[in-house]
Amino acid sequence: MRTTLVSKLLAVFLLCLGPVLFAKESTDEAQGPEGTKAEIKEYIEHHLQDSHDFSIASYTNEAGEKVHLGFPLPVILWDDGLKVFSSSKFHHGETVAQAGGNHYRLYHSKIYRTDAEGTIEYDEAHHPTNVKPLDLSITKNVVMMLVTGLLLFWIFTGMAKNYARTGGIPKGAGKFFEPIVLYIRDDIARPNIGEKKYKRYMPMLLTVFFFIWFLNMFGLTPLGVNVTGNIAVTTALALIVFLITNLTGTRDYWMHIFDPLGSAMPWYGKLVIYIILVPIEILGMFIKPFALLIRLYANMTAGHVVMMSLIGLIFIFKSWVGGPLSFGLSFAISLIEFFVALLQAYIFTMLSALYFGFASEEHEHEHEHEEPVLEHL
Amino acid sequence: MEIPSVIGAGLAVIGAGIGIGMIGGRAMEAIARQPEAYGKIQTAMLIAAALIEGIGFAAIFAG
Repeated sequence: MRTTLVSKLLAVFLLCLGPVLFAKESTDEAQGPEGTKAEIKEYIEHHLQDSHDFSIASYTNEAGEKVHLGFPLPVILWDDGLKVFSSSKFHHGETVAQAGGNHYRLYHSKIYRTDAEGTIEYDEAHHPTNVKPLDLSITKNVVMMLVTGLLLFWIFTGMAKNYARTGGIPKGAGKFFEPIVLYIRDDIARPNIGEKKYKRYMPMLLTVFFFIWFLNMFGLTPLGVNVTGNIAVTTALALIVFLITNLTGTRDYWMHIFDPLGSAMPWYGKLVIYIILVPIEILGMFIKPFALLIRLYANMTAGHVVMMSLIGLIFIFKSWVGGPLSFGLSFAISLIEFFVALLQAYIFTMLSALYFGFASEEHEHEHEHEEPVLEHL
Repeated sequence: MEIPSVIGAGLAVIGAGIGIGMIGGRAMEAIARQPEAYGKIQTAMLIAAALIEGIGFAAIFAG
């Protein structure tokens, strides 16, 4: 008992130590403090972005060469036909890749079409003016999403089989996940969507909850991924919520947007109010999922930036203070991030359920119309 | 004199912080008064906190 507790504590400790491993990026002593700061900033920005290869760490060896630990990923481009090649051709952005008669180059994690020398032309604002081919590559984030998807599929189909065999008694992973699933059903779906219709939305809510939670947790491991802190990913998630909300919307839902007062007022009175009210309601349709995507993206990005900055302290202090200080602070922030990872998944699920609840509202009797408490979120 | 945008962002974050603090404080008072309504209060608290937090983040990104 005692040893298991100790080993568990050690595991948590090592997990929180993990991010410190990111900091292996070398710093050039000759550059001085300003150079170090700029490099840390660049490193954080690089971490926040998606990348075309799965690199875990990099260092400079004795011979002065930069060594990257990790593996390349397939690059899929649509540029006058399909071009598929390995991202190892880019050599981490150092060389120009040739595929099907065209030359491509990585510039700030984006692929541009260039000439054979890899020249990139800029406009006044220092943005590249080169052609950007349609990039359908399997990037780091895509890999992580596929891995998470498969992991969820494996865990939950296994659980379903166990339940079928034991007749409803949780075993193994089920012991851990059953309370969470029940919580989502009884405390998120039922009160917000209503007893009659909640079952329709349960698959979506459970999937989105575990998907976001797992990805958030992967973001805290030394793999160095930042999937839910990528605005494209959160946009896609919010878009799914938006589509489900509006495609399953009942008559009452649309009435609420375009004719919220119903028969309570004559048409000439409604006309004056609706000039303001209906545009607001229509805007609200889009603002709700927009807030959802910004919240998740901003929270995860902020968490990663704080964590990386604290690790960067080591290189700014360059004395015995830096290490323990950085370690202590990033340890504390890691614990908070564990909580935030769960909280953001919960908030996303909760608000999705709320929007689904609006969409599936049905008023049996118009005169008994009760205003829901959380009407205008 | 031009005021840097980071100061504006900081002010907005102070506002958001005060807001979230008030929500947390009031929620605790409410839970102390009615412990049986814990679940409902917590849910409403988290939603309100999440909405305010969104404004805070919007301010940070604008700054």
